[in-house]
Amino acid sequence: MIEKNLNQIFQARIDSEEKIEARDWMPEKYRQTLIRQISQHAHSEVVGMLPEGNWITRAPSLRRKVALLAKVQDEAGHGLYLYSAAETLGAKRSDLIQQLLDGTAKYSSIFNYPTLSWADIGAIGWLVDGAAIMNQVMLCRTSYGPYARAMVRICKEESFHQRQGYEIMIALSKGSEEQKAMAQDALNRWWWPSLMMFGPNDAESKHTAQSMAWKIKRKTNDELRQAFVDATVPQAEYLGLTIPDADLKWNEERGHYDFGPIDWDEFWQVVKGYGQCNKERIAARRKAEEEGEWVREAALAYAEKQRIKKENQKTKVA
Amino acid sequence: MDNNWPLWEVFIRSKKGLSHKHVGSLHAADADMAIENARDVYTRRMEGESIWVVESKDIVASNPSQQEELYDPAKDKIYRHPTFYDIPDEIGHM
Ligand SMILES: [Fe+2]
Ligand SMILES: [Fe+2]
Repeated sequence: MIEKNLNQIFQARIDSEEKIEARDWMPEKYRQTLIRQISQHAHSEVVGMLPEGNWITRAPSLRRKVALLAKVQDEAGHGLYLYSAAETLGAKRSDLIQQLLDGTAKYSSIFNYPTLSWADIGAIGWLVDGAAIMNQVMLCRTSYGPYARAMVRICKEESFHQRQGYEIMIALSKGSEEQKAMAQDALNRWWWPSLMMFGPNDAESKHTAQSMAWKIKRKTNDELRQAFVDATVPQAEYLGLTIPDADLKWNEERGHYDFGPIDWDEFWQVVKGYGQCNKERIAARRKAEEEGEWVREAALAYAEKQRIKKENQKTKVA
Repeated sequence: MDNNWPLWEVFIRSKKGLSHKHVGSLHAADADMAIENARDVYTRRMEGESIWVVESKDIVASNPSQQEELYDPAKDKIYRHPTFYDIPDEIGHM
C-alpha cells in the first residue's frame, strides 16, 4: 500500500518534469535500470578509447595528432563523469569495473570493430560520435539529475569530436584517388555498425516502454536512428561518398529517408562476444587494471604515510 | 587491503568574483591528488581558476523527505519581498 503510494508520487514527479536526485525515494527497478545503463555507457566511453588510441602515434600530422589525443582524453573524462553518476545511486566503482572485466556488463558493440586505416578515425568521429551525440543530446533531458548533468557536460565536449572526424573525411575525399578510396572503404565498414548503435528496433526492445515512462529515455531507438540517417545522408553527399545501402532514398511522404534492413544477426553476434575485437578489448582493459594495481596501492600507502606525518607534527607542536 | 580510493566532490570557481560551484566527483588517494585530478578532468577548457575538493563522506545533506517542513514555512512570508510594499510611482526606483 505504502509502496504503491510512493510509486504514484514518484511517477507524478516524473510526469511534471521534476528531476530525481540521488537521495530521493525511487523504485528499486528505476535505480537498477539507471545503474545498468549509466555504467554500460561509462564502459563504452572507456573501451571506446582503444580503437582510436591505436592511431595516435601514426596520425598523419601534428594537427591531427593533438586533436585525436584531446578527443581520446575527453572520452576518459566522459567515462569518469558517468561512473560518478552511477556511484550516486549507490554502485561501487570497483564493482562496476569488475563487471566489465568479467563480461557481465556490456559496452557499445561498435568498439568491437577494428580500426584498419587512418580513414577509420575520420569515420569514427563523423559517424560513431555523431550517433552517440544523437543519443546524448536526448539524455541531457533524462529524469535522473546527476545523469542529466553529466550529459550536458559531455555534449559540450562532444561536438568537436564529430567535427574533427568530418574534417578528416573531407581531406581524404577531396584528396587523391587512393585517399578517396580509403574514405569510401571506411564509410562502407562503419555505416551499418553505426546504425546498430541505437539498439534493437522498438518492437524488439524490451526496456523501451518502461524507460520512456520513467523518462530515462526521451526518444525511442528507431526515432534516434531515423534522425541520425536524416542528418548524415547530406553530409555523405557533400563528401561525394556513397552510403552502402541500395534501399536508401528520400521518402517525400514521410519527410524522412527510407533505409534498408539492418543485419541484426551480426549485431547479436557482436553483443554476445563474437565480434572481431571483443577479446582484444577486454584483454586490454584487464591488463590496464592489473598493471595499475600496484600504483593504486602505492598511492594509498603514500597518502596514509603523509597523514601520519602531519598528525605527528601536530602533536609535537601541542 | 581495500584499494578503493576515497570519493571527493569537486567545486570550481569559473572566474574571479564568482562562487565555487559543484561540478562532479572523482576518486583520489589524498587531497593533493584530488586537486590534480580535478584539474585534469574538470578544467581542460578553461572552465575554472580555482578548485575546492572535499571528501564526499564529510558532506552533510538535508533530508529530501523533509521538503515540506523545511521549506514550506517560507512560502507564506511574502512580506519578506520588496514587492509586498506599496510605494507611489512618483518616488521612482527604491
Ligand atoms: Fe564521449
Ligand atoms: Fe566522443
